[in-house]
Amino acid sequence: MTAAARKTTKPARRPAARKPALNAPRTIREFMTLALVMETEASQRYAEFADAMEVCNNLEVAALFRKMADIEGRHATQIMTEMGWSEVPPLPPGRATWEGFEAPETAPGDEVHYLMQPWHALQLALASEQRAEAFFGRLARVATVATVRRAALELEAEEREHVELVKAWLAKVPKPDSDWAVDPDPPSYTD
Amino acid sequence: MNAPTLPAPLTFSAYKSAYKPIWCPGCGDYSVLSSVTKALAKVQVPPHEVVVVSGIGCSSRIPAYTTCYGFHGVHGRALAAGTGLKVARPDLTVVVAGGDGDGYSIGGNHFLHACRRNVDLTYLVMDNHVYGMTKGQASPTTEPDWDNKLSPGGTGVRSFHPLVIALASGANFVARAFAGDPNGTADIIAQAIRHPGFSFVEILSPCVTFRPEQKEWKKLAHPSPVAPTDDAARAARRIMTDDGFNIGVLYAGDRPVYRSSTGKAKLTPADLEAEFLL
Repeated sequence: MTAAARKTTKPARRPAARKPALNAPRTIREFMTLALVMETEASQRYAEFADAMEVCNNLEVAALFRKMADIEGRHATQIMTEMGWSEVPPLPPGRATWEGFEAPETAPGDEVHYLMQPWHALQLALASEQRAEAFFGRLARVATVATVRRAALELEAEEREHVELVKAWLAKVPKPDSDWAVDPDPPSYTD
Repeated sequence: MNAPTLPAPLTFSAYKSAYKPIWCPGCGDYSVLSSVTKALAKVQVPPHEVVVVSGIGCSSRIPAYTTCYGFHGVHGRALAAGTGLKVARPDLTVVVAGGDGDGYSIGGNHFLHACRRNVDLTYLVMDNHVYGMTKGQASPTTEPDWDNKLSPGGTGVRSFHPLVIALASGANFVARAFAGDPNGTADIIAQAIRHPGFSFVEILSPCVTFRPEQKEWKKLAHPSPVAPTDDAARAARRIMTDDGFNIGVLYAGDRPVYRSSTGKAKLTPADLEAEFLL
């Protein structure tokens, strides 16, 4: 493992905005579709991380990511139930406008490491929840329909609660030592 | 009278197998796998009518991670196997996948002639500019000045330009995608599958282990500002002059698709056996 590759679990800066400026959803249906996509993609990414960690035998972090995937999956199911949807509706064309390529709550796919610890996983979760909170806050500010604005404020508050929950969780796990990524027998040794 | 019940549409999870990928955590190929399954769900072709063919390398593990039929072939020969399969079974959707070493070096000649033949299949190359599985040697798309332990000071060899070579060789659909944009990549792959003839999608897929600097790609990749063209000369000029991070469909042509000379839609095992009789 190269030195640069070891330092991979700092929460990532989102890529520069390459897509059009944020468009506010025009209806509650559009808004909830966006929220559903965010929760679903966040859940899928955490499940992907859990699989990767299980393969690397990092079972503690795998279990944590699996738990996060379940939590986000439950949020998605809750939206489906509340909206009475049996299938995921398609995103309205041109309305899924967030900065960067992926939904704000999705943890960056390249920010994991096989030796990462629960603290790192929770840092990723914290950054994701903070991005989600900021996204709904921005939506509330640009919304022109009162019901959409109210819903955005509601989800912003919900994400803020999640931020606090993750912070409380973080306080219970030890911060890794500075040499957490040092592996005396690295899998990709090239000398 | 009750209306006939339509089957529920297939979702991406219908295409994902239970096997957990053996890739380094953070590898771009995870997102490509997600994009492939989402693309197949967009196209709504059932898994048993899709074959994923690969060669050798990290990315060539991908057939096992789908529920489609799979063929994990010989190094560099994925396109040869995929071409034969499609000609024999034109009813199947054939997706060939691999990496830059497998496709452009060991399989480089197959790549040229697969483009030229224009058989109706989709070729996905997960390009990380390095041989990852064999621990980080320079590949055909590696930058000439990439300094590493195995080629100190860089190879000094000009990088292969797969998109323009595909175009010049006759590929009917040429696109560039980025693993960090899984939904956009899924859209491009779905378009590639639907487009008749040989569709080539070059997917920038960072290797976080041997090329950690490729994590910067997410700051460089951007959607193509122009619509696809069917003018090969215009596409070539665009591809030769862009910054290498222009994401989207860059060329969609209408060349005639290669058909099997038997003219049969499907060969039976007996037909195949007869063809091999001496």
